[in-house]
Amino acid sequence: MQWESWSQFWHMGGAAVFVWGSYAVTFGLVVLELVLVAQRRKETLKRLLRWRRALGKDGSGRQSAPLESEQ
Amino acid sequence: MLNTFFAVLRRDLLLAWRGRADVLVTLAFFVIVVCLFPFGVGAEPNQLRAIAPGVLWVAALLACLLSLHRLFAQDHVDGTLEQLLLSSEPAVLWVLAKVLAFWLTTGLPVVLVAPGLALLLDLEQGALPTLALSLALGTPILALLGAVGAALTLGVRGGGMLLALLILPLFVPVLIFGAGAVEAEASGTGAAAHLLLLGGGLAGALALAPLACAAALRISTD
Amino acid sequence: MNSSQRGFRIFRFAAPQVFYPLAGRLAPWFAAAAVALTLVGLWLGFVVAPTDATQGEVYRVIFIHVPAAWMSMFIYLVMAFWSAVGLVMNTRLSFVMSQALAPTGAIFCFVALWTGALWGKPTWGAYWVWDARLTSQLLLLFLYFGFIALTRAIEDPRRADRAGAIIALVGAVNVPIIYFSVKWWNTLHQGASVSLTKAPSMATTMLAGMLVMAFAAWAYTLAVTLWRVRPMILERERHTEWVGEVLEREGGRK
Repeated sequence: MQWESWSQFWHMGGAAVFVWGSYAVTFGLVVLELVLVAQRRKETLKRLLRWRRALGKDGSGRQSAPLESEQ
Repeated sequence: MLNTFFAVLRRDLLLAWRGRADVLVTLAFFVIVVCLFPFGVGAEPNQLRAIAPGVLWVAALLACLLSLHRLFAQDHVDGTLEQLLLSSEPAVLWVLAKVLAFWLTTGLPVVLVAPGLALLLDLEQGALPTLALSLALGTPILALLGAVGAALTLGVRGGGMLLALLILPLFVPVLIFGAGAVEAEASGTGAAAHLLLLGGGLAGALALAPLACAAALRISTD
Repeated sequence: MNSSQRGFRIFRFAAPQVFYPLAGRLAPWFAAAAVALTLVGLWLGFVVAPTDATQGEVYRVIFIHVPAAWMSMFIYLVMAFWSAVGLVMNTRLSFVMSQALAPTGAIFCFVALWTGALWGKPTWGAYWVWDARLTSQLLLLFLYFGFIALTRAIEDPRRADRAGAIIALVGAVNVPIIYFSVKWWNTLHQGASVSLTKAPSMATTMLAGMLVMAFAAWAYTLAVTLWRVRPMILERERHTEWVGEVLEREGGRK
């Protein structure tokens, strides 16, 4: 064990700004990336579903699938 | 095959001659950028002499960058590019001809004017031939690499800025060896190593860039 | 294109309708591995590893700095690899993979620069020095930006795929040249400035912590790339029947 107390741990031998600044930005970016990826997925699913429903009205959606296979 | 090469070269040079205002604008840009630096950093001769190689090289690089969009844009718009791609001639050949024509109309003037400008920055006279030689070896590499970028960004919205972002990092080695050659000559250590590396880079770029550029043109006109 | 490759077993996974659910099943496992490895790595790095004799505590930045730097270079190579595969074999999935990797690579590249700067200030007294390694890392970040900007700016996905692949390959050819030239420039200009070589004797626990964190970065990259690639596949394959079924199943849920 390198540390005698929590305050000593957070102090990092005087290098707290540099060590914790590095880790904070890294984990912040990781979280940001994950949020963006999740958002992109949600947005894509919504948009594609809307796109598909719009097509379905034109008669090229699911309902017409058997028709196509008859041809 | 060589007929195609010379036909394309002649055509592009002729077109450049007809639109020679563009060529002059590039050259004027180069001159003005170099002349801006004393206003920014002060006219102290020692300082100017120290930054002269870098300033001249960066200005040459920017002048090349700003004119690159002209390389394929016109041919893309009027359909010449598609015709050339459809023809049975090897694309590498006429791409090379186009890049050569481009260099003759934008790179070569810069090479010729640069030693005169170097005097304004108080560069040692002994280093002037090295400056011209390094630019003569380096600017064709810029043109070849830039041609790949220009082909990829053909007709893309915001293409100019995108082109800069794509190829400026690739220009760094040329800048290092080009400006380094002049500096080495001026400081008396000899520029041979730098110039040899630039020559090697030119050989490599001549071999690879036209292939990449031809592939990029096919992709962009598909 | 796809039907001609059905004969090879390995290409079965290159079929989007096979890869999409596979990616969805694998990603959570890689994410869990990333979390577990990160916890172990941080424990090794902050609890087990001793204080460095010369640098004190600030060296503990190494546990993210070095893995991030490795990852940023490795991801660019993988992107170039997928680009080459895509151009040669004409597999659309390879292009999508290289585009899904790029943002993560750029983030690691930035993290390496940022942590390097914060590490540099107390150790060399400057946030930034024009050292060969730092400068090449900065140029690598620009290469990432170029790739991402180009693939986003081109609207036609076919063209964006191929153009991105070309610039990734051109960049990969240039990375060693850039590194060499910057090193050359650096030795000429700075002579004996700061020495970036690490202390010769690195405690094994430090090394272990660094390696575990590197594996964590690997697992994280795999997880986030697989998650990012899934909606991209749906987008590309939206005209197919299987995507329709996926959309009804997953999109209707929300």
